Amino acid sequence: MKLRLDARYIPVLASAGVLAGLYVLGCVLFGDRGFTSLRVVVDLLSENAFLGAAAIGATVVILSGGIDLSSGSIIALVSILIAVLCFDPALDPRQVGEIKQLLPAAWLPLHPAAAVLVALAVGTLLGTAMGCLIHFFRLPPFLVTLGGMFFARGLAFLIKTESLSIKHPFYIETIREDLRIALTAQVDMPFVVVCFAAIFVLGLVLMHWTRFGRNVYAIGGDEKSAVLMGLPVASTKIRGYTFAGFCSALAGVMYTFSLSKGDPAQAGVGLELDAIASAVIGGTLLSGGVGYLAGTLMGVLIFGLIQTLINFQGTLSAWWTRIAVGVLVLVFILLQNFVSAATRHVGSDRSDT
Amino acid sequence: MFAELSAPPFALALLVVLAGLLVAARLARSTVFWPLAALALLLAFNLFATRGFFSLEWKEGHLFGPAIDVLKNGSYVMLLSLGMTLVIATSGVDLSVGAVMAISGAVAAGLIERGGLPLPAVLAAALGVCVLVGLWNGVLVAVFRVQPLVATLVLMVAGRGVAMLITEGRRITIQRSYAGYDAFVYIGNGFLFYVPLAVTIVAVMLLLTALLTRKTALGLFIEAVGDNDTASRYAGVNARAVKLAAYTFSAFCAGVAGLIYASNIRTADPSKAGLYLELDAIMAVVIGGTALTGGRFRLIGSVVGALLIQTLTTTMLMHGLSSDQALVPKAVVVVAVCLLQSRVFRERVARLFRRPARRQPA
Amino acid sequence: MPEVSDSLLLEMRGISKAFPGVQALDGVPFRLRRGEVHGLMGENGAGKSTLIKVLTGVYRRDAGEITLDGVPVHPTSPQHAEAVGISTVYQEVNLIPHLSVAENVCLGRQPTRLGMIRWRAIRRRAEAALDKLGLALDVSRQLSSYSIAIQQMVAIARALDVRAKLLVLDEPTSSLDEKEVAELFAAVARLRERGLGIIFITHFLDQVYRVSDRITVLRNGGFVGEYETKDLPRIELIGRMIGKDPSAIAADGERRPSAGAAAAGEALVHVDGLRRRGSVGPLTMTIHRGEVVALAGLLGSGRTEAARLLFGIDRPDGGQIRVTGRPERIRSPRRAIRLGFAFTPEDRRYAGIIPNLSVRENIVLALQASRGTWRTLSRKRQVEIAGRFIEALDIKTPGPEQPIANLSGGNQQKVLLARWLATEPRLLILDEPTRGIDVGAKAEIEGLIARLREQGMAILFISSELEEVVRDSQRVVVLRDRAQIGELVGGAISEQAILHLIAGQETGGGDVR
Repeated sequence: MKLRLDARYIPVLASAGVLAGLYVLGCVLFGDRGFTSLRVVVDLLSENAFLGAAAIGATVVILSGGIDLSSGSIIALVSILIAVLCFDPALDPRQVGEIKQLLPAAWLPLHPAAAVLVALAVGTLLGTAMGCLIHFFRLPPFLVTLGGMFFARGLAFLIKTESLSIKHPFYIETIREDLRIALTAQVDMPFVVVCFAAIFVLGLVLMHWTRFGRNVYAIGGDEKSAVLMGLPVASTKIRGYTFAGFCSALAGVMYTFSLSKGDPAQAGVGLELDAIASAVIGGTLLSGGVGYLAGTLMGVLIFGLIQTLINFQGTLSAWWTRIAVGVLVLVFILLQNFVSAATRHVGSDRSDT
Repeated sequence: MFAELSAPPFALALLVVLAGLLVAARLARSTVFWPLAALALLLAFNLFATRGFFSLEWKEGHLFGPAIDVLKNGSYVMLLSLGMTLVIATSGVDLSVGAVMAISGAVAAGLIERGGLPLPAVLAAALGVCVLVGLWNGVLVAVFRVQPLVATLVLMVAGRGVAMLITEGRRITIQRSYAGYDAFVYIGNGFLFYVPLAVTIVAVMLLLTALLTRKTALGLFIEAVGDNDTASRYAGVNARAVKLAAYTFSAFCAGVAGLIYASNIRTADPSKAGLYLELDAIMAVVIGGTALTGGRFRLIGSVVGALLIQTLTTTMLMHGLSSDQALVPKAVVVVAVCLLQSRVFRERVARLFRRPARRQPA
Repeated sequence: MPEVSDSLLLEMRGISKAFPGVQALDGVPFRLRRGEVHGLMGENGAGKSTLIKVLTGVYRRDAGEITLDGVPVHPTSPQHAEAVGISTVYQEVNLIPHLSVAENVCLGRQPTRLGMIRWRAIRRRAEAALDKLGLALDVSRQLSSYSIAIQQMVAIARALDVRAKLLVLDEPTSSLDEKEVAELFAAVARLRERGLGIIFITHFLDQVYRVSDRITVLRNGGFVGEYETKDLPRIELIGRMIGKDPSAIAADGERRPSAGAAAAGEALVHVDGLRRRGSVGPLTMTIHRGEVVALAGLLGSGRTEAARLLFGIDRPDGGQIRVTGRPERIRSPRRAIRLGFAFTPEDRRYAGIIPNLSVRENIVLALQASRGTWRTLSRKRQVEIAGRFIEALDIKTPGPEQPIANLSGGNQQKVLLARWLATEPRLLILDEPTRGIDVGAKAEIEGLIARLREQGMAILFISSELEEVVRDSQRVVVLRDRAQIGELVGGAISEQAILHLIAGQETGGGDVR
């Protein structure tokens, strides 16, 4: 019996191969320095958890045929928003400088849980706004989300120009200590990994078990046909950007969980590109309609693994990560071109020269 | 918040010139009219509301002042927008120009530090590397048929890494002791005919680009390919070569911008050089009247667009916003320009005002 | 008209639809029985596609009624039409290639429980739908891994999944080969047995005779007739479609006095067995200098495909092209242009004009392209060239700087002609040069063709209008259903002869399936 390799799985399998290969490489090269320990895996997950969350949202948008450049800036906005909303002068008397009062004084400082909800709402709303502009006025997603990126980052700076630590006990104790999951005697897993797992599962369910998800695939695959098939293109696209806004906001929340601060200048700089690169390395076609969230997960892990390998190596500059990622992106793009050329059926369209 | 209305004669002269240009543009029905009008509006706003915007000082025989700063700081985006205009006109986009700026500065600084090469050779080497990079992009797009967004994304991600490799991971400061220091630093800091040399370089590049596109058939081919790729091919246009040329030239412009930047701060800084400038360049081109979908392009429009963006930023700065906070008005401008260019938007607005629908030309 | 029992599934009465400047349909009727395959035929501008778009809700009709199963219906959108029981399968498979077959069948209507999709139910539903067509496929495979024929049937299965009563097949066989057509027709036969009504739109004469029970012919937006297929001879069908009474055509028709005169020069282009799978072929013909060779045939017979092969837009799978005796591989339009070829495509808007560029720029484009980037034509020369052609071809434009999109269709065509004439080609390929052009301009273009021929140019002339073909050519290659079926030379050229060739007979008379 001949095994038929369904062509659409090739890029994802390639990603899996790269991931496995990199891990094996690390074990071989740095096994004696503790590369094979569980801690390395946990660190890999926790350091890249918020990139992962943003990448999930980016993947959904790309699958629907669009692109989202705003995720990094929304992370920054969300982080500083939370920090400012739950700022309590009593806890942090040394903090000088202007802390804007964003809500009526009686409500401040907000409990972090409430601040998180507010921040999630803000990010999600931004996503919806971008989706509406893109769909109703047929504006190019690239430029609209670029505007969103500027807007969010600028807004973050308008809230506060420097970073602000979060000293609320909810953060110091609950998130950082109580909600850690002990895996072994020495190793425990930060809460952000749970968050990442949650959004990943949610995304997976959405994309594979709801009509919305299947419509995303359809619209990204062939929008003209999707319209003719009677699919709800408008609501699907807008929901896609809304979800991406939510994911970016969640990533911002996770950023604050990890670093206990809000930082308009440094948070998420360039992250949207990393998210997109992760999606591409994970087998998602930038033209839409093809790709899996599992692939994006692998892409994020590959991204993080490259950084970990370089850290272990010690002498290579961190910038090699950028180059390696760029090379991988290129390889996968060419691979995708090759695969889609091979699966396009002869006679279905004319060759043009 | 009114500035003294006795504005320096410079401001008045500038506005008169602009008014004249506006009239000329309107008469010629040029699409440059709109960005020019926006610029004029902004300058008028500054005349009344921004203290000291038009103040000029004469120091050491050179002109200084916020308006001059606009020209000088805007020179990077102006240069980038020249190449970007050609690329966008072929229905493409080049996201890598910021990274190419970094590479260009890195090569130049690295060679100067190593010593042994005369400055012209250093500059040639830096620009040569950029040309190769542009060819790379062009090959990906024209030969391998990769989407331009994706193809140039690769370098946008990896390019700074490459620049870091060249500088061996550090920021190379160009010391006074290096040979060629004076000449190199002059590029970004010197003056020619009372105006920063950078501005003169921009003018020369603008002239060069205009000659390249209008005095050869390249401009016609670019517009044809961008407007209707299929029909151009059927007419015998070598679309592949045209696109290769566009991406190569874009990288060349970015190379020049990178040299000016490195010279200006006397440093090659791969992580900062040209950061997010590609986005500004795309905005400038779109504001200037070249459609993202390709076809007819307006070099002057792109330059005006770049000036508009820079003036906007400077205005914000002078009103107390930090350059990061100024991103918010920039965002509004991006979306506003897109909306104005969107036919759907214009139709809905027209319907809102219940103007009788004008018949589209056949 | 034959009697119709009350197994009438669909009745359309008095359908009219107008667009600015053209009456696309004028009081057209249409009837479809249950368990019937009904062919809808007509040449360009007949109104077939407009009628179908009115039926399927893409257009709103201006007048008339539609009754489905005795109930009046007013489809307002394709989704609405589908809900009412009218399903359409288009020429281009409008499905999502990367998704599986099963998903494509059920997309948008997936069975769910508590909002979650039930994948097994989808698979079962898809298999059931395909079973109605007699197909058993692995429905979890990607759609694009199957041939176009299978994809088309999946599209039909999707259409049926919504309990369609009526199925519209819009040119379903254009990209299929013989075997695939047979498979499709077998599926169609099965559907007919189940009592479905099927409207079958096609250009292929043989196919409509193979599969349909009745045929309705439209012409220029009007109803010509409804016929039982087995009672309609081919020659009559063709005659009705193009609006000529075959028996009334004089044997030699009208010919231009110059058309037969002046013997052609030496052979310029020889085509031998040229073919391309799914496109056209095999073709064998010779084009001489100073000769007009026409490609005649009904719409969809493969004439444009032949031109594309000659001009290097498509690559052939077999056969040879010789130019002045030398075999040439024409792999791209640039190569063809270097050989001295020129091509005005049928679809001006898509493949001809550069809409936002001026008349002058459109005219000089090909000439400039052949000179390369550096050897520019000065602005002065460009204006002069443009002016010369504007005058010679009487192009009506306010000036050479006018964007070409503002010109009328006829003048746009003249600009395209000017573009190629400026390159002084040896072979000029004209694909429907007079389509959509007013009478005056048509005559001018025909006159131009004659003048060029006299000056020694070789011309390949594609036209659906038989009078033009007869008037202007010295040699006619006849195509039908994507294959060459004959050639007429000189005195043998007449409308009647061409029609008979297309119909597949030597003399007039009935043709029985």
